[in-house]
Amino acid sequence: MTIKKTFWQRYHMLVWSVLVVALYIWAFSGIQFNGFKEMAGEVTKAIFGGIFHPDWGYVYTGDGEDLVSLLIQTLAIAFLGTIVSAILSVPFAFWAARTQKSFFHPRSTTGKLFLTFVRTFPEIVMAIMFIKAVGPGPYAGVLAVSFHSIGMLGKLFSEAIEGIDRRPGEAILAAGGNGLDVLIHATIPAVLPEFLSLTLYRFEIAVRSASILGLVGAGGIGAPLLFSIGTRTWPRVGIILIGIVVMVILIDFVSGQMRKRLV
Amino acid sequence: MNTIPVKTWEQKWHVKTLLWVLLFLVIFIGAGNMTEVDVPEFFHGFDQFMVIFKEMLHPAWAYAPYIYQPLLQTIQMALVGTLIGSVLAIPFAVLAARNIMTNTFIRSIFRFILNIVRTIPDLVLAAIFVAIVGIGPMAGVLTLIVFSFGMVSKLFYEAIETIDMGPLEALTAAGANKTQVVIFAVLPQVLNSFLSYFLYTLEINVRASTVLGYLGAGGIGELLQRSLGQFRYDRTAVVVIGIFIVVIVVDTISNQLRERLA
Repeated sequence: MTIKKTFWQRYHMLVWSVLVVALYIWAFSGIQFNGFKEMAGEVTKAIFGGIFHPDWGYVYTGDGEDLVSLLIQTLAIAFLGTIVSAILSVPFAFWAARTQKSFFHPRSTTGKLFLTFVRTFPEIVMAIMFIKAVGPGPYAGVLAVSFHSIGMLGKLFSEAIEGIDRRPGEAILAAGGNGLDVLIHATIPAVLPEFLSLTLYRFEIAVRSASILGLVGAGGIGAPLLFSIGTRTWPRVGIILIGIVVMVILIDFVSGQMRKRLV
Repeated sequence: MNTIPVKTWEQKWHVKTLLWVLLFLVIFIGAGNMTEVDVPEFFHGFDQFMVIFKEMLHPAWAYAPYIYQPLLQTIQMALVGTLIGSVLAIPFAVLAARNIMTNTFIRSIFRFILNIVRTIPDLVLAAIFVAIVGIGPMAGVLTLIVFSFGMVSKLFYEAIETIDMGPLEALTAAGANKTQVVIFAVLPQVLNSFLSYFLYTLEINVRASTVLGYLGAGGIGELLQRSLGQFRYDRTAVVVIGIFIVVIVVDTISNQLRERLA
């Protein structure tokens, strides 16, 4: 006796393939490829020429508008933004954490939805709103990073809260402690190392996003980068790119080392 | 010896912790000075901030039909960019994996290249590609290709490093060459995690491609930039809501698929 496969069992790979192929035919149809511009080859060559012959004079000029000063400013934006966001994220994380075992929980579900919304709200839009409030400059960048990161950090924090061992808390309750005792002596010690590690991880990402906020005038290295691309000053673009890459690699390395020690 | 351990002077006064806190405070204040943080100014300008926010609370629904096409284009860009970037990442990931590429020198070179590609922020790539191929979705797709290439290659070589080496040895013993080993022993083992990373990257690319257009790289970002430039924040609100819906839909589908793969 042979076991009969159902239609779905027999053909599911085929159905999936057809679906995926159809999806991609649609996707490719939407991207009109008009060929490269005539300039493309020249511009590409110029960019690589710029990267390999960077404008070393820009590294440090002492007027505060040079590469090193702006990179440090970028780091400062990322640092402050991450710290503020880490502090602000904690209540949101407790709001969104699913501590009851049910699929739908009004508190946790609304919290998660809120954090998704904050995460999706483009950072650039946020930067523009803050520029309106405090004027262009790095301060607007700090605020944008602070508020945007809540979406991501809140989610990661809430997952950390969901993952902790609940028994120490129950023990405290059984011994007559109240909710505050549970929070101070069981929940916080359990989540703190993970919170710190996630904050460091977020700092790495914030360094990257801080380096582009300048595109809309919120401080950091982004503004001179966009300006140099606009004026086709490729050696300047080259040195800024090198600066960003070196900074990001350094920060990733240091933060990675610190995170290893925490966990 | 039943002596009670004695805390040293440093331990008693928590010197290390205090130094860390001090260092942190110095950096914190220094960073505050450098970025001209002025807390009262924020509350002072808060009504300005709320002006935009209030306008966004009344979305111009009549604008909704106009965002439909660019939103679809954003998804198309993300799909194409993720596919090409991920496929290009496969050979590089294989060559950067410790257990496949035993030659330390070549492996280090590949890892170095991948590290550099990964550190360039997506908007910077977009700005450069707009300069190369001109304004339009093509620049966005190229950006996403490079961006997903950097992300997938790293996730993927880490996945390859965790595979079971048994089948590889068996194939080698049977006389297979390197290419055959990779195709018949490595790829089947990592296919599931590869698909899962592909979906994960797609999610991130959908988010990323929503702002690429800000620099002229096609998709919904162009409308974002236009509405912000015209101070039509009621339209911006519609665009943001559109992005929000697309991201939630793509994330939900991708999460479901990834759970099945795991």
